[in-house]
Amino acid sequence: MAVCIAVIAKENYPLYIRSVPTENELKFHYMVHTSLDVVDEKISALGKALVDQRELYLGLLYPTEDHKVYGYVTNSKVKFVMVVDASNTALRDNEIRSMFRKLHNSYTDVMCNPFYNPGDRIHSRAFDNMVTSMMIQVC
Amino acid sequence: MEGLTLSDAEQKYYSDLFSYCDIESTKKVAANGRVLELFRAAQLPNEVVLQIKELCGAKRLGYFGRSQFYIALKLVAVAQSGLPLRVESINTVKELPLPRFVASKNEQESRHAAPYSSDSENQGSYSGVIPPPPGRGQVKKGSISHDAVQPRTSTDQQEPASPVVSPQQSPPASPHPWRKHNRHPSGGNSERPLTGPGPFWSPFGEAQSGSSAADTVWSGHSPPPPQENWVSFADTPPTSTLLAMHPASVQDQTTVRTVASATTANEIRRQSSSYDDPWKITDEQRQYYVNQFKTIQPDLNGFIPGSAAKEFFTKSKLPILELSHIWELSDFDKDGALTLDEFCAAFHLVVARKNGYDLPEKLPESLMPKLIDLEDSADVGDQPGEVGYSGSPAEAPPSKSPSMPSLNQTWPELNQSSEQWETFSERSSSSQTLTQFDSNIAPADPDTAIVYPVPIRMTPSKIHMQEMELKRTGSDHNNPTSPLLVKPPDLSEENKLNSSVKFASGNTVADGYSSSDSFTSDPEQIGNNVNRQRSHSGTSPDNTAPPPPPPRPQPSHSRSSSLDMNRTFTVTTGQQQAGVVAHPPAVPPRPQPSQAPGPIVHRPVDADGLITHTSTSPQQIPEQPNFADFSQFEVFTASSVNEEQDDEAEKHPEALPVEKSSDPASSLRGAKTESKIEEKTAASAPANVSKGTTPLAPPPKPVRRRLKSEDELRPEVDEHTQKTGVLAAVLASQPSIPRSVGKDKKAIQASIRRNKETNTVLARLNSELQQQLKDVLEERISLEVQLEQLRPFSHL
Repeated sequence: MAVCIAVIAKENYPLYIRSVPTENELKFHYMVHTSLDVVDEKISALGKALVDQRELYLGLLYPTEDHKVYGYVTNSKVKFVMVVDASNTALRDNEIRSMFRKLHNSYTDVMCNPFYNPGDRIHSRAFDNMVTSMMIQVC
Repeated sequence: MEGLTLSDAEQKYYSDLFSYCDIESTKKVAANGRVLELFRAAQLPNEVVLQIKELCGAKRLGYFGRSQFYIALKLVAVAQSGLPLRVESINTVKELPLPRFVASKNEQESRHAAPYSSDSENQGSYSGVIPPPPGRGQVKKGSISHDAVQPRTSTDQQEPASPVVSPQQSPPASPHPWRKHNRHPSGGNSERPLTGPGPFWSPFGEAQSGSSAADTVWSGHSPPPPQENWVSFADTPPTSTLLAMHPASVQDQTTVRTVASATTANEIRRQSSSYDDPWKITDEQRQYYVNQFKTIQPDLNGFIPGSAAKEFFTKSKLPILELSHIWELSDFDKDGALTLDEFCAAFHLVVARKNGYDLPEKLPESLMPKLIDLEDSADVGDQPGEVGYSGSPAEAPPSKSPSMPSLNQTWPELNQSSEQWETFSERSSSSQTLTQFDSNIAPADPDTAIVYPVPIRMTPSKIHMQEMELKRTGSDHNNPTSPLLVKPPDLSEENKLNSSVKFASGNTVADGYSSSDSFTSDPEQIGNNVNRQRSHSGTSPDNTAPPPPPPRPQPSHSRSSSLDMNRTFTVTTGQQQAGVVAHPPAVPPRPQPSQAPGPIVHRPVDADGLITHTSTSPQQIPEQPNFADFSQFEVFTASSVNEEQDDEAEKHPEALPVEKSSDPASSLRGAKTESKIEEKTAASAPANVSKGTTPLAPPPKPVRRRLKSEDELRPEVDEHTQKTGVLAAVLASQPSIPRSVGKDKKAIQASIRRNKETNTVLARLNSELQQQLKDVLEERISLEVQLEQLRPFSHL
């Protein structure tokens, strides 16, 4: 369960960012922003084209004492950044991967919508629902 | 009656109304019929209506002449405005809004009123209005009001149709808006987007002939006009402007035609839509949609690319966000293109939205595309649907079909593909559509899941082997030993084959240890354990592990060997015997003659006890070659099972002994097994007896043991030996039995029984082993405690 999920465009501006509402969301925004540097570092390090699915998943970008930041980049340089609670030890890498996969699929569906202009903020309800399902359920 | 001065709008409106009411065209309207309806629709109290009638002079004349009618209408407006009814008010009140009529028919009128008076009014009035057969009245009015003559004539045509429409409630407001729009273009009333369906219909009716021509023109601008017509564009002057623009761009006729077509479509739509399902697409609507689809994509089986669809729907003037949502809902397969069904759904949603309906969160069932097989869209349905209707057509539930009969009509072409994906029933599992579909499939047969442990005889005894083999093949239970030891309930439930249990029981009987080992080793997986145990554990019945007497060394005793080693097998045999003893009574005739040898073998061993046992078991034994074991097991199982289940009684006897043996958590499985078996048999015997299912009365000792085991399901250790004795007896007795019966059927039955018994036995074994495990754990704990106690000293 993530605390914050963000979709960053190729130009590094956010297309979609959503956090668990209870926390100071600005902090998450900041974390996502700073993690973009790590993402860029990782994707630039890979000389070859990112064709392999494995390469899409960047893994743990940056751990803090409270949170861990995971990254995922698509072939079109759209980045997904996910912040999870560090205390959630049950969250395994596979789960993170599957969450990113779901994110990617939903993002693809959003892209397929002809009414969506690439570069716009994502307002798709289906996408929202999917992200909600992945967020930590904070009562 | 003083002169009545009406504004132009009023004049038009009133004339329309009058025409509407004046069905006879006699220029005077009777006080009944339409007029009454009209007045009723005005939602005025009766006395007011009466007053109006009186005031307008109709009472005097006995009918409503045109002037009287007009006066009446004006008075209605006055009344609706809340002003007192006075004759003078007719002329004095200048800013009187047009009278509003709310009845179905009056809707039209009200709608008409709206357009005439002000757009805003209309909006309010008809949005809530049920789509009454508005077309009709309005058609008339529309025709009147509109400049186009066509509408008028067609209105007449439409009129008869309108009543049909009235019941139509499909997006209730939608028909109105459509009509209004239609009127608008047709009439060129830029100010009246909502002119009303009437004109639409009429033009449409007229236009039908010219539809072809219109279509061409239509195609050019059809999307916009229809959309706007249908959707309550009227609300927004801009919309009307747009409409006006369209007419402007198109010939009036064309417009009319388009309008007409739209109207017609609306009409149809309205007519066919059911009241209940606001999302249902009527045939007319669908036809219209299909026509629109054709304008974009001539091939009905083809797709509309996203860009074209975007343009098309953008004309509807809905906000992009809403259009995006509509697209999300309607693009079922998420392929970025719209099939006919998807297009219709999207169009319908657009129309509904235009009419003020909120967009649903999920695609309504009636709008779900029935199409499943999208040849073109290869990945259709593969994509997970986010909102409950993922593309996987496979899931499409059949529910859609009934809801969209119209779709079916147009569908045949689309449904060339074999697969008929049914629409999803609003299932929200997106990507799981396929999985969901799969889940629909009956889950694996629990029976199959419950593989009763194949009665694997641990003991290599041939008999057992045979039995085991038989059992294995016959049943999944593998608890040659376990049946005895395994809890009866488990076994019984799982034992499809009694024979397996029997087998197990027989095994245990035969081997005592072998079977017990099997039991012990694998309490949970009865079958598996049995097999495994069979291989290595001689002390199968050990499951219960009553602290066995001297550990039984060789688990691998074959049955025969076990038989021979009656002593060693005494436990087992005892058990067996018990089992056998129990078996006979409970066990149905053992099927396999092969098994019979087993039991037979056992039989002799425990002649005394087994005799009785055998007496009963013979019936069983004949069925099962492993009867010997089984009988014991059965006895055990029966005893144990009886507690839990009666059907497994047969096995219980055997199982019981096993169980008993298994109960003791002795480490020495083998010994325990044997002893358990003995005990089990003993227990089972008694248990059986107690249950009444164990006719075999193995030696009373075993019987007693049996009972105990049954009661406790954990035979005491001391019973172990008894069991073994019983088992031995059983084992001895068993062999003799199978021989007698060699019939296939019986053999099968016997094998079944054996398997069941084996199951039971294995279950018991399992339970016993569990018990042993517990005991061992307790010991361990105690040891640890001691260690802890000692430890402090170590620090010294």
